[in-house]
Amino acid sequence: MPTDLDLQSPELRSPDQPRPLGPERKRPDREFVRFTRLQRALHACMIISFLSLATTGLTLKFSYTGWAAMVSRFLGGFQVAGFIHRTAAILMFGVFVTHLYNLVQLKKREYKSWRALVLGPDTMLPTPQDLRQFLATMKWFIGMGPRPQYGRWTYWEKFDYFAVFWGIAVIGSTGLTLWFPIFFTRFLPGSFINIATVIHSDEALLATGFIFTVHFFNTHLRPEKFPMDTTIFTGHMPLAELKRDKPLEYEALVASGRLESYMEEPQPEIVVRTIRAFAWIALSIGFSIVVWIIYAMLFAYK
Amino acid sequence: MFRRTTRNLFALANALTLLLAAGIIHAASPSPQSPSTDECLACHSDKTLTTKRGSRTVSLFVDGKRFSSSVHGSLSCTACHADLEGKDLPHSTPLARVECGTCHSDEQKQHSHSLHGRAIARGDTLAPHCVDCHGNHDIVPVTDRNSAVAPLKVPFVCGRCHQEGTPVQTNRQIDQHNILENYSESIHGEALLKKGLIVAANCVSCHTAHNILPHTDPNSSINRRNIAATCTKCHAEIEEVHRKTIRGELWEKEAHVLPACVDCHQPHKVRNVYYAQGMADADCMRCHANEHLKASDGRSMFVSAAEIAASRHAHPRTQAVPVSCSQCHSEVNVSRVRPCETITHPVDCSKCHEDQGQQYQRSKHGQLLAAKDPNAPSCRDCHGTHRVLDKRDPESRTFATRVPELCGSCHREGQKAAVRYVGTQHEIIRHYQESIHGKGLLKSGLTVTATCTNCHTAHMVLPKSDPQSTVNPKNVPATCGACHHGIEEQFEQSVHSRLVTKTDKDLPVCNDCHSAHTIRRTDETGFMLDIMDKCGRCHQEIAKTYFDTYHGKVSRLGYTKTAKCYDCHGAHDILPVADPRSHLSRANVVATCQKCHASATRRFAGYLTHATHHDPKKYPFLFWTFWGMTTLLVSTFVLGGMHTLLWLPRAFQMRRDLKAEEAREETARANGAGAEGKATAEEDHRAH
Repeated sequence: MPTDLDLQSPELRSPDQPRPLGPERKRPDREFVRFTRLQRALHACMIISFLSLATTGLTLKFSYTGWAAMVSRFLGGFQVAGFIHRTAAILMFGVFVTHLYNLVQLKKREYKSWRALVLGPDTMLPTPQDLRQFLATMKWFIGMGPRPQYGRWTYWEKFDYFAVFWGIAVIGSTGLTLWFPIFFTRFLPGSFINIATVIHSDEALLATGFIFTVHFFNTHLRPEKFPMDTTIFTGHMPLAELKRDKPLEYEALVASGRLESYMEEPQPEIVVRTIRAFAWIALSIGFSIVVWIIYAMLFAYK
Repeated sequence: MFRRTTRNLFALANALTLLLAAGIIHAASPSPQSPSTDECLACHSDKTLTTKRGSRTVSLFVDGKRFSSSVHGSLSCTACHADLEGKDLPHSTPLARVECGTCHSDEQKQHSHSLHGRAIARGDTLAPHCVDCHGNHDIVPVTDRNSAVAPLKVPFVCGRCHQEGTPVQTNRQIDQHNILENYSESIHGEALLKKGLIVAANCVSCHTAHNILPHTDPNSSINRRNIAATCTKCHAEIEEVHRKTIRGELWEKEAHVLPACVDCHQPHKVRNVYYAQGMADADCMRCHANEHLKASDGRSMFVSAAEIAASRHAHPRTQAVPVSCSQCHSEVNVSRVRPCETITHPVDCSKCHEDQGQQYQRSKHGQLLAAKDPNAPSCRDCHGTHRVLDKRDPESRTFATRVPELCGSCHREGQKAAVRYVGTQHEIIRHYQESIHGKGLLKSGLTVTATCTNCHTAHMVLPKSDPQSTVNPKNVPATCGACHHGIEEQFEQSVHSRLVTKTDKDLPVCNDCHSAHTIRRTDETGFMLDIMDKCGRCHQEIAKTYFDTYHGKVSRLGYTKTAKCYDCHGAHDILPVADPRSHLSRANVVATCQKCHASATRRFAGYLTHATHHDPKKYPFLFWTFWGMTTLLVSTFVLGGMHTLLWLPRAFQMRRDLKAEEAREETARANGAGAEGKATAEEDHRAH
């Protein structure tokens, strides 16, 4: 029995109803809203900030490669690169703070209490269910079970989320030490600057390497999503995809009858195109950086 | 037969021994009374006593009075006529020739080595013996004006043979002519003969009395080498008045390269006239002014008077009058019709430019010339010949701005000096021109800028390996310090100076950092970045660790606005950190950091500028931090990577399923399947 919601999906609509878009036959009328405008904006800012930080930072880390010198010169010299790096860092902190602020708002608006937010079904915190799903996923990977029924946040998405927290804490604090060494050496020994350099540099390598390989694969390059998943950019995901990838969430929404409130008109074509272009650029930069890192670490290491 | 011969020889030897013994006994026995002077004079006071020698009748008269007042008056006749010793009178004739050398051994020796003595030995009947000049029984001291060899008489004694028409002058090889005549008219002859100045030079003053030798003999008093010494016996310090350019000692030491007195003041003809400077030049120019004059090998022998007049030698610094041809072409002989025909050596500039000459001989150029290398440059290859100019003359080939071009004519890549060169310096001239010195000299026209000769010297150019070379590492600081004195002072106090650090290792000198021919401005980016590699050539480890820090990384990216080696350690005044004067000593390090980090504190200065995470002993906290981070990194990647790899096959499977489903939908739609069928399919999917 089709629900009222199902009737909204194009596939379920009567064939004599005119399709809104001629050439894009698959373009649905309405899509599930996974991310809010603010979350999408924060992710976009995060991309800009992260790519800028990675590019400018790695010129220093891999200063022994010709690439580094070229990129640095292209950016206008090490001082401009440093300026970009710090500006991007501020943006990153801004993203972080805004997200925290948003969490507070979210708690006030939707969850009323921290307890509800943190322990609710859509929590970002790892739960026993995540562990079960992880083990079930492992079984599925090795062909010993079906694909687990994931909820709103899968365990790898939660991992990515907290990796950013960890990264911001580690890279951010050491970065500030390197930014204001004179202030920090008022209460820390001078050699702490050296330690901060090592931590900052290696943690950054971990972050860039992880984001540009594992994260890229998990969300964009997975064969069924290839070449990219635009959900984080448009905020929308096809309902079918929600049903397929997040069945628990879908069922919960259907059960609570709130699904309809998450359905929206798709983004205008031009917005989607722009978003795709942006995403492509970001992906390409990310991949280039991975290639550069591999080259610098394996072939040009001094 | 053999035995008989032996016996006979033995008998003979016995007989000879006996005879010899008898002779000795005879000699030892008191000799018969030798004839006394009076006994001799008993016969020889007879003025008519004569004897025949060959076809000549010779008087045998001896004036007893004059003999007794002669220098030999106290001697007996037999003291000289030794062969009359113990003989009975009247003696047999002829007597042997008196040997004056029995007493006058030195004179005798000189005479027998002399031209005259050797002629006697040859059996030349014209050769004079002692008696021919000194007389025989009436010899008086030379100071006595009655002496046959008194100064006033000497010209005539010698002139007896050495004047026109005598057999000696006619039949023997004598280069000079009209000797006595010329002498009598010369300044010496006039003084002696007309003015009675017995100190004036006569024949023996120049030729000596007994040791007369041909001028070609190196021992002769009139040999070119000795003539100056001979003349200066009387004309002491004549060279001071004469040619101020020529050092007095040169005249005697290096006479072969100088015109000898007699080249101008001809022997025997020396006149009291003014020998105008340039007279010889005019003589030379009689031929050499001809533009078509060619040597036998085709070289032009034309000499441009205008060139010479414009040259440095036309108005030399050290003499009032121009340098004349013969001062350089010194072997000319004005007594010849072609004075230059006696020239056998090329011009030797060192007879005036002595120091430069000695330097040149010591130099690589000079060594090559001595080895007869055809590529060897001599004075004239750089300075030119007749048109030699002062190095301060902008027209001169040795003027500062033209020196690189001049040296480049051989040392430019592909030229003869560069071709044989095996060292590391290449494109010397081009590099120099692009260097700060080259630009200063050639672009800014600063003639005080260092050019080739400032570092390599002009005349004592030696390869770097020669310890005497100005570009030998040992001497480089002093060489550069000639201009950069302040830097040299700093450098010589630094740890890099040989004066401070005693080591067998090679210490760096100026050119190790600044290079030799490609010296750049030190505020040029390229130089500032290169310098780190220069330090790193010796300080390998410490340079490597520098590149592990922020400063090093920024430098490596090609930017200079960050601390480089010399910003902290100093450039020329580098000292060990332990030295209190070091920029990095405890007292100075904060100020050094403050050069860039204005508000740096002591704790800030604790930043490890050469820290590396590869050294667990020296920097354990860095080492363990690094490995901790690396472990985190590797494990994260391993987990993430494995997760992804395991996922991949499932993800492909899902993609295939999705495609298949889409295809099914397509087919269903194409077959005109209604919404119902579609919905059913969808429901089926959902039911899964």
